[in-house]
Amino acid sequence: MKLNKTTIILHIIAWSVALLWILPFLGVFMASIRPFDEILRGWWTFDSFNPSLNSFVKAWNDPTYPLSRGILNSFIVAIPSTIIPLFVGALAGYGFARFSFRIRSYLFMTIVLLMALPQQSVVVPLFQIMVNLRLIDNYLSLVLVHSAWGLPWIILFMRNFFSTLPIEVEEAARVDGASDFQIFYKIVLPMSLPALASVVVLQFMWVWNDFFLARVFIYEESMLLATQRIEYVGREGPLGRVNWGALSAASIIVMIVPIIIFVLLQKYYVKGMVGWSVKG
Amino acid sequence: MTRVREALRKLQRFARARKNFPLFFSPAIILILFLVIYPILQTLYLSFLSSSGEFVGLNNYSEIVSRKDILNLEGFPKWPPLGALIHNAIWILIHLPLSMFSGLALAIILRDVKGSSIIKSIIFLGMVTPLIVGGIILQYTFTERFGIVTAFFDMLGFEELSKTWTAYPNTALFALIFGSVWLWTGFSMIIYSAGLATIPKEYYEAAKIDGAGPFRMFRQITFPLLRPLNIVVITMTVLYDLKIFDIVFVATFGGPGKASTVLAFEMWQQAFWFNNFNGAAVIATLLTLLTSVVTIPMIRYMVRK
Repeated sequence: MKLNKTTIILHIIAWSVALLWILPFLGVFMASIRPFDEILRGWWTFDSFNPSLNSFVKAWNDPTYPLSRGILNSFIVAIPSTIIPLFVGALAGYGFARFSFRIRSYLFMTIVLLMALPQQSVVVPLFQIMVNLRLIDNYLSLVLVHSAWGLPWIILFMRNFFSTLPIEVEEAARVDGASDFQIFYKIVLPMSLPALASVVVLQFMWVWNDFFLARVFIYEESMLLATQRIEYVGREGPLGRVNWGALSAASIIVMIVPIIIFVLLQKYYVKGMVGWSVKG
Repeated sequence: MTRVREALRKLQRFARARKNFPLFFSPAIILILFLVIYPILQTLYLSFLSSSGEFVGLNNYSEIVSRKDILNLEGFPKWPPLGALIHNAIWILIHLPLSMFSGLALAIILRDVKGSSIIKSIIFLGMVTPLIVGGIILQYTFTERFGIVTAFFDMLGFEELSKTWTAYPNTALFALIFGSVWLWTGFSMIIYSAGLATIPKEYYEAAKIDGAGPFRMFRQITFPLLRPLNIVVITMTVLYDLKIFDIVFVATFGGPGKASTVLAFEMWQQAFWFNNFNGAAVIATLLTLLTSVVTIPMIRYMVRK
């Protein structure tokens, strides 16, 4: 890279944009660690600066809506909601990649179309079903719906990945007398670990970040998920004044989980995001 | 003899595959059938029923579309509230070009910048953040005195824009839209970056030898090769705009005076606030139709591939 004028200008633009982009996060961070009277005239003023973790402690141990419980609840929902569709979707994706049958392409197109739909399209009947099955305020409803809802993109993503695997290995195993399922579990899945990792990362994050489905199926105070608790923690009483300290701290606690996963497993996240839209 | 045995084995293999393949699909099909397809059809069915369960044809539809919360065009053009349908349209009109263009520009600029992976991660944070948190952050950013945006306009002397955006009907919707640009730009950036990485460097070297400048290189190499990605970015962005819910819910609750409501929020409110499941089913069906229409070009593109 030569150090000419264009290069310098490009660097200045790029880093200014990055700074601009991170400012809102920085603001919330400042609001979470500084007492409220310090940020009254903006979090960027530093006449006095007394950072503390009080707001975090307060949000974590909130007397009625402890965020600690919310984080635990979110894990209880997100883990099975990731593992179930992972296996179910991988099976079906393999089926699409390796078997041919008459309605395959129609079935496949239907599944792609389902990927586009909003959750609003399904929640009214699902709510009624779950009421009848007494599964409101039961994580089983949420896990089932998340699993089914995640399937279309997982099937699509895994099919695309499986189609890139060399078929010769599988054929050789078949000649040796292995069954379809043996081939799938003992040969195909071990070769697919990177793709499965992408599915885990993306699906876990979507379930973790979900607010809408949780809002529809979970009402019981002690069962509320992390995303549902932020608002309760940050308001002093119903319709009360916003407590920006607690609200910001709660926001940061809830977002830290997907951010850590993103930082650690960025490669898989981006592969999952880009995989089905860009070839190669 | 070996040839016969080979053919026989192939036949057996084929038969076995035919026998087993339903087992590969059935768990997925059962889950999708009961928890996705059936509810979609049931929603459509509910949209034609009255609350007591009688068939009322398109009555619910005309009732919903004539609601001011959905369509409010009296005295158009004017400031919001214009109804959820128009708000979603405005959302697409502003959000799509802004996030698409900034994502493309960033992808191109960052190709030649040191530390670009850090910058990309920063911009991508918005995609990883739960939208409910994104809504809180954008509300904070647009709040009078505390927020960086309002403070900036205060410094420039724009009194109207230095007030809390989410509290006034003229600005609430736009605060949400600009906030969603901030959250979503990472998507188009990452897609275009991946596309750029597949363009061989030799193309640019050859163009340089031919004496092409940066703009000609963009017009004749970069842009045509990225073009297939536009359909992905456009489709996903429009879908995002049609499905937008969390940030509206948390930052404005559709207000003030419905000035920032959207279809997904109206659907939720009809169903779970007013217990009007049939009206909610109408809005849900409209959303299903809109998202399906938007997705058709992408399906065509994927099938062709």
